[in-house]
Amino acid sequence: MHDLGNLTRRRVGAVAVAALMAGAVTMSAFGAQAQEERTIRMGLVTFLSGPAAGHFGIPARNGAELTIDAINNGTLPAPYGDAKGIAGARVEAVVVDEAGGATKQVAELRNLVQRQNVDLVVGYISSGDCLAVPKVADELKILTILADCGTPRVFEEASYEYVFRTGPHAVMDNVSAVRYLLDIKPDAKTIAGINQNYAWGQDSWQDFSASMKVLQPGTEVVTEQFPKIFAGQYGAEISALLVGKPDVVHSSFWGADLEAFILQGVGRGLFSQSQIILSAGEQILSRIGKRLPDGVIIGARGPHGPFAPPSELRDWFEAAYMDRYNSIPNYAAYKFSQALLGVKTAYEKAAAAAGGFPTQEQVIKAFEYHEWVGPSGPVMMTLGNGHQAVQQNAIGLSKWDDAKGRMSVTDVKYYPSDCVNPPADMKGLDWINAGFPGAKCP
Amino acid sequence: MLTLTAILVDGVVYASWLFVVAIGLTLIYGVMNILNIAHGSLYALGAYAAAWAVGEYFAAGYPPFGSFAVLLLAAIAVGLLFGLVIERGVLKWMYGRDEIVIVLVTYAVFLILEDVMKLVWGVESYMPYQPRYLLGNVDIGGLPFVVYDLALVGLAVVVGGAVWFGINRTRPGKLLHAVIFDREIARAMGINVTRVFTVTFVIGAVLGALGGAFTAPLISVVPGIGVEVIVLAFAVVVTGGLGSIEGAAVGALIVGLGRATAVHLLPQVELFVVFGVMTLVLALRPQGLFGRTVVRKI
Repeated sequence: MHDLGNLTRRRVGAVAVAALMAGAVTMSAFGAQAQEERTIRMGLVTFLSGPAAGHFGIPARNGAELTIDAINNGTLPAPYGDAKGIAGARVEAVVVDEAGGATKQVAELRNLVQRQNVDLVVGYISSGDCLAVPKVADELKILTILADCGTPRVFEEASYEYVFRTGPHAVMDNVSAVRYLLDIKPDAKTIAGINQNYAWGQDSWQDFSASMKVLQPGTEVVTEQFPKIFAGQYGAEISALLVGKPDVVHSSFWGADLEAFILQGVGRGLFSQSQIILSAGEQILSRIGKRLPDGVIIGARGPHGPFAPPSELRDWFEAAYMDRYNSIPNYAAYKFSQALLGVKTAYEKAAAAAGGFPTQEQVIKAFEYHEWVGPSGPVMMTLGNGHQAVQQNAIGLSKWDDAKGRMSVTDVKYYPSDCVNPPADMKGLDWINAGFPGAKCP
Repeated sequence: MLTLTAILVDGVVYASWLFVVAIGLTLIYGVMNILNIAHGSLYALGAYAAAWAVGEYFAAGYPPFGSFAVLLLAAIAVGLLFGLVIERGVLKWMYGRDEIVIVLVTYAVFLILEDVMKLVWGVESYMPYQPRYLLGNVDIGGLPFVVYDLALVGLAVVVGGAVWFGINRTRPGKLLHAVIFDREIARAMGINVTRVFTVTFVIGAVLGALGGAFTAPLISVVPGIGVEVIVLAFAVVVTGGLGSIEGAAVGALIVGLGRATAVHLLPQVELFVVFGVMTLVLALRPQGLFGRTVVRKI
C-alpha cells in the first residue's frame, strides 16, 4: 500500500544518514554548557481564534509544541539522534494568533522581529497571509518558514532570500487528484467546482480544471462556484451542482466550510450523484464520522495522516500526539512538525559546515535545496530556487473503518514528487498547460 | 425550468434565513435607535447553545423530535440571559450618548462575547445535524431539497407575523409606537420607557439567538460565525430601511433571490450582488426601501 519506490527509499536512507551525521557533529562541536545556554527564539504563527483555529490552528500549534519539546528534550526517534535542542540551542516559541487578516499579520511580523527579537518565524496557514508576509520578511531580513499555506504563487511570482516554504504547494494536490480520478473513473468528462473565493480556492480550481483539460481532452466545465470564505450555507450552490449533473465535483474547501458542505450536500444527494473530490479533505476525517459517505476522493496536501508511510518517526508522532492531546493529528499538525524538523536539520547542517553555531545567512544557505525527513517521509526543497518544498503525494477514497470507529482512507495511490510537481524552471500552471513535460509517473 | 425552480426555492429559503437573522437587529434599531453589532454574537451564542444542547439531548437518548423544542428553548434561554445582561449591565448606562458611541459599545460587547464563547465551547466545531435529517427530503420540480431547509420559510413567516402582530395589533405594540415617535413625550404620558427598552432588547436578543439556533443543524458551528452573519444582516436591514420589519422582509427577499440568481446564472458576481443591491437602493433611496426620512435635530 505504501510503495515509496526505489528513488524515494534511497532518499530516505541518504537523509537519515545526513541527519545522524549532523547530530553527531552537533554533539561534538558544542559542549554541554553551550547546549544549556543558547536559545533560539522562534515566532510561531498559527490560528488560535476564528473559524480556522479548530481544524488547523490548534492542531498546527499542537504539532509544533510536541516537536519543539521533543527537540529540546532530545527525545525524537530515528532518524534523529538524542542530541538536545537545535545545534545545541533550546527552542523557545513565541506564539502569535494568525487571525485578523494579512494586514494584521504584517504588523505582527514586525512586532515579532522588532519587539520580541525572535531569531526566526515559523507558521502561516492562510494563503492570503503567505502572499503578504514574505516581502516584509525580506525587508526585515528575518528567516521565515511558511509551514502550511498552499497557493503556488508565493515563489512562482516572486523570489525571496529569507523565506522558505516547507510544505508543497497546491499544484501537487490537484494534479494528483486528476490522475487518481482518471485511474478510477476514466470516463469522467464533465466537471464542476465549488471553492472558496480567495487565493487558495481560485488557484486550486484553476490547477484542477487545467489538469483535467490536458489529461482528459474534451472535458467540459459545467459550473464554477466561488462562495465567500466562511459563508457556511451552500444551498444555492448545491442546487447549481445538482442541476448541472457533472460527473465530478471538485472542492478545496477546508474546516467548517467543508463540514457544512458535506452535511448539506450529502443531505441533498449530491455525493451520490457525482464523484466528489475533496483535495484537502483529510483534515476533517477524524471528526466528520459517518456523515461523509464512503468513496469520496480525499487528499491531505501531502502524504500526511492516514496516508503517512510507516516509519518510527510517524509512529512516535501519532502516538505522542494522541497521548498528549487525546486526538488524532491531521495534516496541519504533520506540516508544522515537518517545518520544525526542517529548521532543526538546516541549522545543524549549517553548524556542521561552519564548525560552530551558524549565522542566519549560513542557515539560509543550508536550507536552500535542503532535504530532511518529517513524520510523513522525505521533504526536498527543490523548487523556487531551493526555497519551495516538494514531497510525494497520496490520494485515496474515504472509507469508514469499523475497527477504529472512525473515517479513514482506502485504495491509496502514491505519486512521486516529480510526477505531480512542476520542474524547477516552470510555473505550475504553465507546466500543466504544456502537458506536464518531464513528469516521471509510474 | 429546473434552473428557475432552483432559483426561486433557493432564493426564498435563503431570504427566510436572512429575515430570521435580521429581524431582531431591525427591531432594536427601530425602537431604541441602537445599531447592535453584538447581534452577531447573540446569533452565535444561540447556535453554540443549541449545538451543545442538541448533542446532550441525543446523547441522553430522548425522542428525536423533541430536539426541535431543544433548539427553541436554547434560543430563548440565551436571548433572555444575554439580552438582560447586555441591556441592564451595559447599554442602560449609555442611553442619551451619541449613536456612534453606542455602536462602539456594542462592538466591544461583540468582541468580549467572542472570547466568552471560546472560553465556554473552545475552538472545536460542533455539528448538531440530527434535527435536519429528521424531516427527510422532498422533490421539487425534480430537484431534492431537505424539508428542514424549507421549514425555515415557515419559521420566518411565523416570526415575522408574530412581531408584526405584536407591534401593530396589541396594546404593548401601541406603547412601543409611542416610544418610537417620541420617547420624552411617551415618558411624560406615563409609559415606562426603560422597561420598553429592556423588553424590546430582550425580544431582539431572543430573535438573534433563534436565528443561530435554527441555523446550527445546517452548518458547522465554529468561532467567528457571528462576524459573517452581522455583515449580511446589516446589508438586509439597510436595504429594507433600518427599523422597518416590512423592509427587512423585502430586503431579505431581494438579497436572497438576487444571490440565488447569481449563483445559478453568473456565479462570478455572487459576492457582488448582495452589496450591489444595497448600493443601488441606497443611491436611489438613502433611507432604504421602507425607511422613514427623519428630520435631523441639531
